[in-house]
Amino acid sequence: MTLITVMFYLMAAIALGSALYVAASKNLVRSVFMFFVTLFALAGLYVLCLADFVAITQVVVYVGGILVLILFAFMLSGRELLSGLQQQTNRLIAINKLPALMLAVLFFIVLVNVFLKANIDNASWISQSIAQKNVITVTDVTVNGIGVNLMTNYLLPFEAISILLLMALVGAAHLSRKEGEAA
Amino acid sequence: MITLTHYLVLSGALFCIGLYVILAKQNAVQILIGVELMLNAAILNLVAFGRFDKLNSSGQTFALFAIVLAAAATAVALAIVLNVYRRYKTIDPGRINELKD
Repeated sequence: MTLITVMFYLMAAIALGSALYVAASKNLVRSVFMFFVTLFALAGLYVLCLADFVAITQVVVYVGGILVLILFAFMLSGRELLSGLQQQTNRLIAINKLPALMLAVLFFIVLVNVFLKANIDNASWISQSIAQKNVITVTDVTVNGIGVNLMTNYLLPFEAISILLLMALVGAAHLSRKEGEAA
Repeated sequence: MITLTHYLVLSGALFCIGLYVILAKQNAVQILIGVELMLNAAILNLVAFGRFDKLNSSGQTFALFAIVLAAAATAVALAIVLNVYRRYKTIDPGRINELKD
C-alpha cells in the first residue's frame, strides 16, 4: 500500500514537472523531449491504475509514433523555424502570457473545487461496483477482457475507428504531397 | 491509499497545463503538444475510472480508442503544419492571416 502511494506521488511529480517544463521552455526541441518524459510517467500511472495494456499502447503509439512524427516535422521544416522562434520570444514575454496563465490557473481552481465537491469516491455506481466485486484487482488479467469486449460489445466503435484511421492516413498522405503534382 | 480524487486532481492539473500551452505558445507544433497533454489528461481519467468496471472494461477500451484517435489527429495536423510552413514560411498561428488567393 505504501509503495503504491510513493510510486503515485513520484510519477505524478515527474509528469507534472516535465509538463510544466514543456509549458515554460522556450527551446522547442527541449520541450519535445521533455514531453517524452511526461508520456512515460503517464504510462507508469496507467500501470498503477492496473491498466497494463493501455500503458503499453501509450508507450508504443505515443512515444514510438506521435513523438517521432513531431520530430520528423521539425527536421523537415528546416532551421528557419527554430531561429525564427527564438527571435520572437524575446519581446514582452511576461505581459502577453499573463491572460493565458490566469485563465489556466483559474480554470484549475474551478476544476479542483468541482472534484472536491463531487466526492467521487462515494459515488453510487462506484460503491455498487465495489459491492459486486467488479473492481480490477492486482492479480487479474485484463488483456483477455479487453480483447473479448473489443470484439463483442465495442465492435461498432472499433470498426468505425478503423475506418477513421484509414481516412486520416489517406488524408495525411494527400496533404503532404508535393505542390503541383495534383491535377 | 490513492483514491479517485487524486487522479482527478492530477489530470485536472495536466489539463490546465495543456490549456496554458495552447493559449500562450506561438508555434503550431507546440500547440499540438498542448492538445496532446489535454488528451492525455482525459485518458488518465478514463483509465482511473475504468478500474471499477472489470466486466465490460469500458474505460480501458475507450482509452485505447482515444489514443488511436490522437495518433490519427496528430498525423493529419502535422501534414497541415508542414503545408502551412511551405506556403507561409512560418507556423505562428497569429501570423497566418491570408487566404490562398
